[in-house]
Amino acid sequence: MEEKSPEVSSSAEPQPSVARRISWGEIGPRLVPVLAVLTAVLFGGLFMVFSGTDWAGARAAFASDGLGGFVRELGPGIGKAGVAYAAMVEGATGLGYIDPSSVRAQTTVVVLLRLGERAIVFLPGNLVATVVRSTPFVLAGLAVAVGFKAGLFNIGAEGQLYAGALLAVWIGFVPALADLPGILHIPLAVAGGILGGAIWGAIAGFLKARTGAHEVINTIMLNHIAIRLADWLIKSRTPIILLDTTASVPRTPFIAASAEYPRLGDTPLHFGILISLGAVALVWWFLYRTTLGFELRTVGANPNAAKYAGMSVTRNLVLAMAVSGGLAGLAGAGEVLGVQHNLPPGFFAGVGFDSIAIALLAKTNPIAMIPAAFLWGGLLNGAGLMQIRADISIDLVKIIQALIVMFVAADQIVRVIWRIRARRQEEEVIFSRGWGR
Amino acid sequence: MSTKRFRLTRTHIFSAFFLVVGLWIALRAPGSFAPDTISKMSVGLGPEAPLWEAPTRAVLLAVAGLYMAGGALGLINRWPRVSFSVLLLNGVLMFPAILIAAAAGKQTNMLTMLAESLRLATPIVIGATAGIWSERAGVVNIAIEGMMLTGACFGFITFFFLEPAMPDATNTALFIAVMVAIFSGALMSLLHAWLSVTFKTDQIVSGTVINILAIGLTSFARREFLLSTRAGRVTLPSIEIPVLSQIPIVGDVLFNNKPIFYMMFVLLIVTHVVLFYTSLGLRMRSVGEHPQAADTVGINVFFTRYRSVIISGMIAGLAGAWFSLETVGGFDDLMTGGRGFIALAAMIFGKWNPAGAFGGGLLFGFADALGTRFQILDVPVPPQWLQMLPFLTTMVVLAGLIGRAIPPAADGQPYEKQ
Repeated sequence: MEEKSPEVSSSAEPQPSVARRISWGEIGPRLVPVLAVLTAVLFGGLFMVFSGTDWAGARAAFASDGLGGFVRELGPGIGKAGVAYAAMVEGATGLGYIDPSSVRAQTTVVVLLRLGERAIVFLPGNLVATVVRSTPFVLAGLAVAVGFKAGLFNIGAEGQLYAGALLAVWIGFVPALADLPGILHIPLAVAGGILGGAIWGAIAGFLKARTGAHEVINTIMLNHIAIRLADWLIKSRTPIILLDTTASVPRTPFIAASAEYPRLGDTPLHFGILISLGAVALVWWFLYRTTLGFELRTVGANPNAAKYAGMSVTRNLVLAMAVSGGLAGLAGAGEVLGVQHNLPPGFFAGVGFDSIAIALLAKTNPIAMIPAAFLWGGLLNGAGLMQIRADISIDLVKIIQALIVMFVAADQIVRVIWRIRARRQEEEVIFSRGWGR
Repeated sequence: MSTKRFRLTRTHIFSAFFLVVGLWIALRAPGSFAPDTISKMSVGLGPEAPLWEAPTRAVLLAVAGLYMAGGALGLINRWPRVSFSVLLLNGVLMFPAILIAAAAGKQTNMLTMLAESLRLATPIVIGATAGIWSERAGVVNIAIEGMMLTGACFGFITFFFLEPAMPDATNTALFIAVMVAIFSGALMSLLHAWLSVTFKTDQIVSGTVINILAIGLTSFARREFLLSTRAGRVTLPSIEIPVLSQIPIVGDVLFNNKPIFYMMFVLLIVTHVVLFYTSLGLRMRSVGEHPQAADTVGINVFFTRYRSVIISGMIAGLAGAWFSLETVGGFDDLMTGGRGFIALAAMIFGKWNPAGAFGGGLLFGFADALGTRFQILDVPVPPQWLQMLPFLTTMVVLAGLIGRAIPPAADGQPYEKQ
């Protein structure tokens, strides 16, 4: 039988029983996403070795000293990869092996273990920055995951983030609402963000349900439209819509203090982190403990069965895209209300693809979204330090990210490399299907 | 209509749309344009070119009348064929009507407009052809954007390094660069085939992987190799086809052009012939429609799919070369700007047929060219709105006009040998 046909829910099909082995056979399948990340990191390391090696010198050494000379010439490249990854870990988690006196005076350093000149240190600021960076990714990843659960591939998170952020920033700075107390102003701005994203997402859901126009194309088109719409709304001078005319760069005015997410003391940790964690719980509850969520997943697993059972495919597709877009809009609003406090054009470039990657990495599991998003935020946060220390372009991180998604999506490759048994059937995740419905 | 109950159909939506637009034009046109305003539309270049002086107001009012008539006809739900043709005509008329309104009191060149549309349609049409090759064999290829980007990047990098090495043979260097673009597109598609055919990964996920990978690879490569992009941006030379280019009016537009532009037509014809008149095409389509049946009669499904996807990648790589080597003469991050996805929409618009894809591509090319033309004519519309035009067109076209497009039956389904 076809094992993985997207039309048929494969859970109903018989599978050859897998001989169980303890230890590796048991743990292995659960480790697949971790191993996928590890494999991608190793491949990324190969890239660094490649770009860090003097190939002319290596060829000369190979000619004179044979293989040993060649390997010796690879040394600097391997060293560069090591430096790069160490810098990335330090930038992402704050754990580093450096000279503690080399950091700037105002940075907090916790020396964990002193080893002569250098020491193993912990820089809390880096970890906090990563947490803040990851916060929108949790929500955006959830957004894409909800789409996947309904059999929809929402590539439009970026556009939905803009839609949400635009509405949130407008509610945040519009003078008529500036006098509201925070207890009202923040929920209003958050609601605006959710609404903006939900509408933007629902357009694609409606078009899919009513006309069969594929959501992949439509969400991408809506991304491009949202980017240009935001660009126009923010930059337009005749008439002035969202532009702050007093600013030297094009951006919206700052939101009122009453609309800002409260922060934890002086740190950049803001209320949005709690919102993200709450959203994870809420989405999990919605998908697995409510009738609506059940319908949504049924439509995703098998639309024909859902129709026979009396569920409205149209309604569920629109609902799924609205929820998905609403989560993305919430992410956009969170960045505006919690971090940036205004909205420059082009602020969310690339977030759309990141969110897809995170959703895939978490295998659309809401709870797994938290570590996946943390990994993503860490990669992006560590990239800057990696570039400074190892002189490697930030874009290498994008390659590593693409490889992570590739190895997670095509986990057979990982299974072959790490010798893990064939997939068990409950691990099957339906992502999307072809152009048809 | 089989039932008496009123159902809101696509025709109704479009009819209502045209009725509203017609009313709006009829109300606005008399106030906006004086009765003696004239839009000069020249056809061809030079002072002897034929010139059509259209009275702006009268033409727009006539269009408005037709719009309202078409809209009303569609709404009363009788003579469906007549109302469909009128609505289609309305849709086509929209573009010249916009152009005439934009050119009020000024002069614009219809032929340049056509040439621009065709030029801007090139990557979209070629990309759509790439999509057809892959999808007719049952592999959804949303990675066209990524393959284009890869082709554009590595094609240009090749030229960048070859040009100083062979200063007397720039054209040869360009030719080799285009070949490398095609090859790098093929490599990306090989990855797509490997993931989606061999490993049976979800094809849309696999395509997304390639799109992300292409963004990373190309921006990484640009920073590694191309940081010092020189001025004097060289592009592929125009080739004048003898005799044909002497045809009055259209000769210069169609037959004095650049190589990839010609390749668009060659590819369209070759794709059509291969798909519908050769055994290779028949095999491809059978694999795309019913792989089990194809396998039963001895067609190697895996091989056929691999071959189709790789050809698809080569074509997409060529489309990428259009950006860097034929048009810009350089490479910028994300320079394909979503054209690969528009190409997919053109392919769906054309119902997976080369001729239809050409029509779709031309529509998007026109929407693109219209944006530029508006800026030249100094129409007071924000540039961002004009940049939205191709994307909005894509959505409207996908949602309506052509009815439900039916993909090849096994498109998107991995094949598991029994």
